Amino acid sequence: MSITPDEARKVAHLARIAVAPEALPKLAEQLNGILHFMEQLNEVDIEGVEPMTGVTPMRLKRRSDEVTAGGMPEKILANAPDAREGFFAVPKVVE
Amino acid sequence: MSALNALTIAEARDGLRKRDFTAAELTEACLGAIEGAGALNAFVHGTPELAREQAAAADQRLAAGDAPAMCGIPVGIKDLFCTEGVPAQAASRILEGFLPPYESTVTRNLWDAGAICLGKLNMDEFAMGSSNETSVYGNAVNPWRRTGDDAALTPGGSSGGSAAAVAAGLCLAATGTDTGGSIRQPAAFTGIVGLKPTYGRVSRWGVIAFASSLDQAGPMTRSVRDAAIMLQAMASVDPMDSTSAEIPVPDFEAALTGDIRGKRIGLPREYRMEGMPGEIEALWKRGAEMLRDAGAEVVDISLPHTKYALPAYYVIAPAEASSNLARYDGVRYGRRAKLGQGDGITELYEKTRAEGFGPEVQRRVMIGTYVLSAGFYDAYYNRARKVRALIKSDFDAVFAEGIDAILTPATPSAAFPLGSVDEAADPVAMYLNDVFTVTVNLAGLPGIAVPAGLDVQGLPLGLQLIGRPFEEGALLNVAGAIEHRAGFMAKPDRWW
Repeated sequence: MSITPDEARKVAHLARIAVAPEALPKLAEQLNGILHFMEQLNEVDIEGVEPMTGVTPMRLKRRSDEVTAGGMPEKILANAPDAREGFFAVPKVVE
Repeated sequence: MSALNALTIAEARDGLRKRDFTAAELTEACLGAIEGAGALNAFVHGTPELAREQAAAADQRLAAGDAPAMCGIPVGIKDLFCTEGVPAQAASRILEGFLPPYESTVTRNLWDAGAICLGKLNMDEFAMGSSNETSVYGNAVNPWRRTGDDAALTPGGSSGGSAAAVAAGLCLAATGTDTGGSIRQPAAFTGIVGLKPTYGRVSRWGVIAFASSLDQAGPMTRSVRDAAIMLQAMASVDPMDSTSAEIPVPDFEAALTGDIRGKRIGLPREYRMEGMPGEIEALWKRGAEMLRDAGAEVVDISLPHTKYALPAYYVIAPAEASSNLARYDGVRYGRRAKLGQGDGITELYEKTRAEGFGPEVQRRVMIGTYVLSAGFYDAYYNRARKVRALIKSDFDAVFAEGIDAILTPATPSAAFPLGSVDEAADPVAMYLNDVFTVTVNLAGLPGIAVPAGLDVQGLPLGLQLIGRPFEEGALLNVAGAIEHRAGFMAKPDRWW
């Protein structure tokens, strides 16, 4: 498999990273180098093997469904680049 | 006695308890050393005021006789840990100005034990790199140089600032994190000890995430005993981390008996790589002889899927990173790009992430996005997770046959010059640094790098030991046998 500059544009958009059109061929080339390296995995016989989800042989812990923290909007908003009236502020999302 | 800032944790602990010197004096010695080491670019956010406050409190505890082992010990913290009110940027532009409103469990545990925070340490951006060259703060520099050559060398990565600071005597120890080798490779490059604990031993709460199924924090120290002491303070069972193992933390220092008679040590034949430098191979052989000399039985073993560990890692880690790093969107914290007329929410995300992430982080996020996207998920991501299961079962099999620990080289080379690996031309070339360490993360095992000798150019080389899950004590004890017999005492000549 090989990534074309147009596919690199799509991946960049999916990842929400702006890439200038003239940078796409170079990006595609780098991504192809990495994918080519990954293709060694095709040599491995994986018939009947379950994909690993976690290394420790344990069930993910559960806790009771209750509020454990909260009531600190100032702390939550303290690092926001733009916060107004107790909310995160962003450009208009809905027309 | 050597300068206070050059002491090991164990020496300082004993001196503090005997009141030979105070925590305040020890802290001043480190602050002075940091002041004079700007050329190493190891500390990137100093916290001298906090350090002096904590030192005063530690001296009170010491005077009251309530002093755990880490009480009064000045340490450096990798920039990946959230420390309340102290910048934590993961060496990224995208977290510029971020002040964590909470404390990571590891740092909380260290402060509760009386340790002293000297500041935050340089690293590769989001821990993605093996040379500390992807940092927004600029390169950290290795205190070691080749004999008769003043070329600046990498301290390794991603915990490069931690390694440089410990090797140069700026702090007694430092925290690191290890996703594919980021504690062990820099430890080997700077002649110190670096321990990656078993996955789940140390809480990940408050550690900025790279690849959550692989990340694990650990100590970087000047001796094996110090690694045991510091791990003791860092480790805990933590309800804030759902992958924290509910296994009590044992007394790691008590495991250092020095007796490894009858232990079975495996040498995996697949780690004998083509083109491996003769010096690395010779060091590996010497390590095996040291363990034999200590009464261990050294046997050849096979870990057949070793070759596929790096490619599997470079599918899984970027996949997890693309998901973890989705949170950096310019809305909730960190830096937001300046927007143009008519720019909407999509441009806000895309421009913020384009200017906030460096090129290597961007590549990995995009690769991760690609391997998780519809149509490629099975071909790449699921295949890699199946290969990961096979890599873990290789280790399970040798441990089931009675192997206690596995001895390998830590790195395929000594420290290399900064700027010598062109990541933009061939990103994979840098990835090869992790060839001996990455299997350990994929299998969730504990691994330790121990300095074992110098190469012909006068640079430190390390050996790696891999242990059974949750048996860090036994692993440290074997590492101690190497440390004792290698007698590695070399220090970098001060040029900075």
